[in-house]
Amino acid sequence: MNVALRDPRIDRPAQAHLGFIDCDVHPYFRTPADFDPFLSQRWREHRQSIGGRPRQGLAKTSLYPRMSPGNGMRGDAWPKNGGPPGSDLGLIREQLLDLFDVRYGLLAPLVGGAAAERNVEFGAAMAVAVNDWQCAAFCDPEPRLKASVQITLEHEESALAEIERRAGDARFAQVNIPPRGLEPLGRHRYRKILAACAANGFPISLHLGGTSGHASTGGGWPSFYHEEHPSYVQSMQTLVISLVCEGVLDEIPDLKVVMVEGGFAWLPSLAWRLDKHWKRLKAEVPGLKRAPSEVIREHFWVTTQPIEEPERPEDMLRIIEWIGPERVMFSTDYPHWDQDDPRYAFKVQLPEEWARLIYRENARALYRLD
Amino acid sequence: MAKHVVATVAEIPPGGRKIVTVRGREIGVFNLGGAFHALINRCPHQGAALCTGAIVSRLEAPVPGEYRLTRPDTMIRCPWHCWEFDIATGQSWCEPDDVKARTYNVSVEPGEALAKGPFTAETVPVSVEQDYVVVEV
Ligand code: FES
Repeated sequence: MNVALRDPRIDRPAQAHLGFIDCDVHPYFRTPADFDPFLSQRWREHRQSIGGRPRQGLAKTSLYPRMSPGNGMRGDAWPKNGGPPGSDLGLIREQLLDLFDVRYGLLAPLVGGAAAERNVEFGAAMAVAVNDWQCAAFCDPEPRLKASVQITLEHEESALAEIERRAGDARFAQVNIPPRGLEPLGRHRYRKILAACAANGFPISLHLGGTSGHASTGGGWPSFYHEEHPSYVQSMQTLVISLVCEGVLDEIPDLKVVMVEGGFAWLPSLAWRLDKHWKRLKAEVPGLKRAPSEVIREHFWVTTQPIEEPERPEDMLRIIEWIGPERVMFSTDYPHWDQDDPRYAFKVQLPEEWARLIYRENARALYRLD
Repeated sequence: MAKHVVATVAEIPPGGRKIVTVRGREIGVFNLGGAFHALINRCPHQGAALCTGAIVSRLEAPVPGEYRLTRPDTMIRCPWHCWEFDIATGQSWCEPDDVKARTYNVSVEPGEALAKGPFTAETVPVSVEQDYVVVEV
């Protein structure tokens, strides 16, 4: 008889995952017209007659199309009403929130195109619209879902205004910043925006994906999605290096940075490398007053999905130990094709105390959720 | 191990499938070119409803740039992380040495023989004129 020879799932008798906080849930619109009620007439007509001008060259698809229908959706997450996955609150409740008794889900809206819009004024209008839409479609009817403030990084004035407008609104947990910008995030031109996030109590969330228009690797464009996926790690590494080396994190001591969906097994070795060079190259970056590893451990959080799966599963424990179990937060990435089931995401048994931190407490403390 | 009548043969045409529940277990019954196969409706990776996935062919490339579709329409692709399994054997295409989806024995039995038993017809009423798909669980 055919049976699993090595069942990679592990028993989790304590049900540590129940009541978890999901740090990566993707809401979608049913049609782009869903944003219209939140746009002024000027921008509504613009959206309808001209539309978005993203920094990537293709319309209606991503640069690296995925193999599952809907450009990377979980196959069983299509609502019966015909909308796309993530657009139907009822199904989100059924497949995620109620199924696992999720305490809170942090929305990462990869929609509306605000972040990468070339017409930055339209981008700014779309950012506001997407923020209002998140509240109206998801957070007001379902208070377990928390919105992320969308901004247009290349339009400082509107970004600052939007951060301030949403500050103190408990429906918003953080500010989304695309990890692939026109320039590395530590550059001076972005400093005021980062400072405003920190001053208003918002962690920044860097959710991988998108494109700035630059090739996605330092060595040019990859051929396959399989190649593109690990190149997101390069984008994350660029961010860490830039924020550290530009001294941003000492200048803005309250800045908290969450790296979503970029994995994290690479973080210790990157820190070791930065530490090594810091001893030799200190004179070049006097603004960097402490060892990079120290800055990283203090300011960066990571989410789990899609977690690395080392051949020796217990190696994962050493990696988390280095990063600090108080800096790792669980995420599913629902309803994307590569989403994780909280019961089976870890291939190794977490110490009970770590599980409590990773599934719940870290996110609760960072986002000040009750 | 008992035999369970799960469908009439006509209900599952070639290329078709039916998901049935037998003794509390969801099982996908497939007709691949006239031959019936049964697989557990639970992916050994993270537990998705495996049998609801797309039926695909195996794509092979002996050398880069040379593509061959082999075993047309005999693999099931999990609706979650796209792991592919051989519908007839349950063997995983990603981790053939480590992972298998559970399979069940299937046979086609004439209604006449079924009338004699011992078979369990939980949801499918049996008449002597028809042929039936029978799964052993
Ligand atoms: S659950 Fe089937 S491939 Fe992951």
